[in-house]
Amino acid sequence: MTQLALVIDLNVCVGCHACVTSCKQWNTSGTAGALVDLNPYGADPNGTFFNRVQTFEVGEFPNTQTVHFPKSCLHCEDPPCVPVCPTGASYKRAEDGIVLVDYDKCIGCKYCTWACPYGAREFDEQRKVMTKCTLCVDRVTDRTLPERERKPACVLACPANARLFGDVHDPESVVSIAIAERGGYQLMPEWGTRPANHYLPRRKTEIRIHPEDLERVDNPLKIDGKQPEAGYRSPGREDFAT
Amino acid sequence: MNPPFSAIFLTTLIGAGQGLFLVLFGTELWLGASAMASRAHTFLGIGSVVSLALTAGGLIASLFHLGQPQRAWRGMTMWRTSWLAREGIALPLFMAGVFFYGLAHLMEAEATRLIGSVTALLCLTLYVCTGMIYVCIRFLQEWASPLTLVNYLLLGCASGATLATVLAAIQAPGLVIPYAQLAALITLLGFVTRGASLVRNARLKPKSTLQSAIGIKHPRIVQKAQGFMGGSFNTREFFHGRTVAMLRSVKWAFLLLVFPVPLLCLAMGVAQGSTSLLLAAFTIQYVGLIAERWFFFAQANHPQNLYYQTIS
Repeated sequence: MTQLALVIDLNVCVGCHACVTSCKQWNTSGTAGALVDLNPYGADPNGTFFNRVQTFEVGEFPNTQTVHFPKSCLHCEDPPCVPVCPTGASYKRAEDGIVLVDYDKCIGCKYCTWACPYGAREFDEQRKVMTKCTLCVDRVTDRTLPERERKPACVLACPANARLFGDVHDPESVVSIAIAERGGYQLMPEWGTRPANHYLPRRKTEIRIHPEDLERVDNPLKIDGKQPEAGYRSPGREDFAT
Repeated sequence: MNPPFSAIFLTTLIGAGQGLFLVLFGTELWLGASAMASRAHTFLGIGSVVSLALTAGGLIASLFHLGQPQRAWRGMTMWRTSWLAREGIALPLFMAGVFFYGLAHLMEAEATRLIGSVTALLCLTLYVCTGMIYVCIRFLQEWASPLTLVNYLLLGCASGATLATVLAAIQAPGLVIPYAQLAALITLLGFVTRGASLVRNARLKPKSTLQSAIGIKHPRIVQKAQGFMGGSFNTREFFHGRTVAMLRSVKWAFLLLVFPVPLLCLAMGVAQGSTSLLLAAFTIQYVGLIAERWFFFAQANHPQNLYYQTIS
């Protein structure tokens, strides 16, 4: 069974919000209708977004890390928002595991948002229905698009390549390999929702310097020992060759 | 959670209506075939009309909760999995049952017991459905307890029994004392279970932390931005925005208004034979229940709030 998902690399996300804007642009222009923007140029602008990038500071100064954390629907394998829906508008597609809302069936009772521990759903104040990340189902299943463009808008937009897209049930897929090799994890595992989206942790950046990188071992000037290297900070160290 | 007034009125109104019906049907069973039973038809009939009016009020209040109320019928389709859908089915069925129960009494028909038994079953089902809507959300730890269900049942029955006492004072004075005793007993039981849930919730330790929310195992994590500077649905729906002092005041207000004050009014109303004091008992208890339900929502701390701690 296929389970499409995103894998988000927190090690390279720079928090540029390109995924947020491209998501908004794609999903506001689609056949499902515009994503509302309330008071966009006023004092308290807000609207419906499927994807948000949040920023956290980890650690205590001076040993801090700024972690940019993109958050959208995690397309749980055991989604708690689906069984609570009284209308069946909220459902998980059997063929690819995407969790969707049928806007024509939704009655806007918001019960599904109460049942989502991640706050991934946002109620559309204009259409009066629940909306959420569709994993760009209209892009990824569109056969008229070239193969390389059949990816969610956020993935195509990411300049740091921090967002990977694929089938987490296929062990050979780029996402499964990334999860396996780099310790991909799920959010709030304590609730047993089994999110399909995974996050790749920060990595410690290490620089490894070997002596050969600093000094050429087969330097012909030194190879016969006739012009030995001068001691550290002793005269002639820099200019014996001149 | 930000308390939705539609759900507050829905649960308090239907709770009282259901409680009233259970008391009326209990009265019919208790009276049996005595001489009083034949004279109680009008009282039980009119009581059913009041119960129906309360549940209808609750139904109308619930429609204000919906973004697309014209599609409300769709909300009954997923009864296999959703407690909300089950409630959506049980509520109109219960209302139909009360309607026919009241009609049968007003027409002095024979089948009142049969209709009443079925309706009583529907009534209990409706209590379970309403309570389970809140109990079944496992990560709202304040709600995910059988106590929630018991409180919905007992507090609904308490206000229903208090209302029955008022109606009896107007129409069937012989029933005032047993009704008042019943109302006091259920109110006291409700005090025990609601108190127990308050004690339980005060000791809860949140299962989710900022560490599990973003998956970084460091003791010190501070949010610096939540991705927007205006509000969003997540900040409007899940934060009540009130102070801790306000929350505490509402808690003490409902603890006074739902339990001791109505008990006092009931006792004085029965002692002085005053209908207005009994009416005051019901009104005060109902207002207290609105505060109780408000606090019930406001106290629930949703794990999604971990992602929305700082604007910028």
